Amino acid sequence: MLRFIVRRLLQLIPILLGLSVLLFAWLRALPGGPAQAALGERATPEDIARYNETFGLDQPVLVQYGKFLGRALQLDFGTSSRTGQAVTTEFLERFPGTLELTIFAMVFAIGIGIPLGYLAARRHGSWIDSSSVIGSLLGVAIPVFFLAYLLRLLFAVQLGWLPGSGRQDVRIDATHITNFFVLDGLMTREFDAAWDAVLHLVLPGIALGTIPLAIIVRITRASVLDVVNEDYVRTANAKGLATATVRRRHIIRNALLPVSTTIGLQTGLLLSGAVLTETVFAFGGVGSALRDAIANRDYALLQGFILILAVVYVLVNLLVDISYGLLDPRVRVR
Amino acid sequence: MNGSTAFSAAPRHAASTTPVLEVEDLSVRFTRRGEAGTQAVDGVSFSVAPGETIGLVGESGCGKSVTSLAVMGLLPKRGVQVAGSVRLDGQELLGAGDRALRKLRGADMAMVFQDPLSSLNPTVTIGVQVTEVLKEHRGMSGKEATEEAADLLDRVGIPDPRRRLGEYPHQLSGGMRQRALIAMALACSPRLLIADEPTTALDVTIQAQILELLRELVQGSGTALVMITHDLGVVAGLCDRVHVMYAGRIIETADRGDLFARPRHPYTGGLLASVPRLDTTRGTPLTPIRGSARDAIPWAQGCAFAPRCDSGRDDCLTEVAGSTVPLESDGAGRELRCRHPLTVPPVAGSPTTPGADR
Repeated sequence: MLRFIVRRLLQLIPILLGLSVLLFAWLRALPGGPAQAALGERATPEDIARYNETFGLDQPVLVQYGKFLGRALQLDFGTSSRTGQAVTTEFLERFPGTLELTIFAMVFAIGIGIPLGYLAARRHGSWIDSSSVIGSLLGVAIPVFFLAYLLRLLFAVQLGWLPGSGRQDVRIDATHITNFFVLDGLMTREFDAAWDAVLHLVLPGIALGTIPLAIIVRITRASVLDVVNEDYVRTANAKGLATATVRRRHIIRNALLPVSTTIGLQTGLLLSGAVLTETVFAFGGVGSALRDAIANRDYALLQGFILILAVVYVLVNLLVDISYGLLDPRVRVR
Repeated sequence: MNGSTAFSAAPRHAASTTPVLEVEDLSVRFTRRGEAGTQAVDGVSFSVAPGETIGLVGESGCGKSVTSLAVMGLLPKRGVQVAGSVRLDGQELLGAGDRALRKLRGADMAMVFQDPLSSLNPTVTIGVQVTEVLKEHRGMSGKEATEEAADLLDRVGIPDPRRRLGEYPHQLSGGMRQRALIAMALACSPRLLIADEPTTALDVTIQAQILELLRELVQGSGTALVMITHDLGVVAGLCDRVHVMYAGRIIETADRGDLFARPRHPYTGGLLASVPRLDTTRGTPLTPIRGSARDAIPWAQGCAFAPRCDSGRDDCLTEVAGSTVPLESDGAGRELRCRHPLTVPPVAGSPTTPGADR
């Protein structure tokens, strides 16, 4: 087990090296540059040269890359050219928001998706089945930003039931320790602040969780349909076990194996930042930071964020693989 | 269970001669919307006495497995019409509620299936799969159930049972898995055990061991055993009485010795003749029954076997004879559904012996 984990972590090294080279080349291939973005269209060539000199952008790309690599090894990804903050600090401020949003979205997707998928399969051919199939097709097909706008328009603007932007009401004077606003509120016993942060998660969480929800419904349904026809379910029924035991131990346990893989992959994706959703809801997470960085050619922030997110993605998938072994003894790693 | 062992306990109705299982005129029809139904089992009747072993023999698709699933109440609920009567110790099972059936299944009647790997849950330990039966039907606590489960595994010949309890199905060999399934089936000393081709997925040496195990376990405990098989070797080794099925109906019934010595139905004769033998000379071709089970005609039109039968005549068809071929008494303890039965036993290596008057 330990060897498996170490091997997977070692695999991170070539992944990150390759990714950093690609990132470096790709960012510099973008038209315009940080100087242009920062100084505006009417900047003179002299202004731009001075800007580039200040930030070391006038040096050969290889030299820049070498310097970047050297500092990155010490977890220093430089300074954001937009905010002037260290990229690492910026990440620690932004990532908790994205993590909270991801957790909310996945709880929403799993909490509804698995029961609905199970029900659809057990009532195969009924109206519940058909509507969940059609609904999940819609859920996958609808563009996230469109859904996000619809939700915001209806529930935040028209009905005013839920907040439609930000992570917390600015009028609340909340203490922030970890930048997980919900957790902070609970830790400092500012429960109204925590509750307000939760309310701010609802609409973006639903928008973000819709695709995972649709995928989970479909996979759970297909998987349960497969499993109920397995010989071992017939054996369990032949043993005269109570319906609930058959369902829990023999159907759901096996049906969830493919679902768990999906959940892992989707979680990894959501953690990498929901650019569209966060933009619509002005949610201060990783996604909106990435969007701002791209718009401003903020090389340092983009490089730093994307590399850290790659590590997060690999770690999440490692966790999924480990948990898969716990669920299915046949693939248990030694 | 007050200290008595699971299998060797005296039968609960030792003195009674009433059958454990009585199946009367059982019919199973599969229907699908917009399609003509399929009659999988058609008026099958048989009974099994305590301690008796009967064989249901036939090719794939003849309805033997469907019969067993109908007895256990394990057929899907939708798209299946079951008619007739199935009584376990006099209690009618057809039409009984799901709860009542679940109480009986695993406790009073149990089943061993064909493929032991797919019949075991891959993500649950053998221990849990054995103890769950004990907890469900015998109300045992976790500790008691574990003790009893180890005892059961030991009795079906699994070495080092305590370690095996913590293992998963994929860690066991094929024979071991089938032993584990048998242990689960016998956990509550059922009155009736149905074994649906329990040796088909195993290699030959293991097959013999499993059959021997089944015989030992059933002998003396008064358990009625229904062996479902297409393997005449299994029948010869185990069964007291044999019912040969074809296209959903019983076509011949006889005691084992009688059936092997003097098969009457051309289909039975064909089955016996097609068994490969070691005492023929090299190069002697096998004698298969011509055609396949798919050539069967509906019983309403005549004898379903007629298209493949060497003894077949015009009056095998309903149109000519004016009636369908009935299942009739054919001497002491025998029944037969044939108008032109065999009189001379067939010999392997020669074509299926034609009817008496040919």
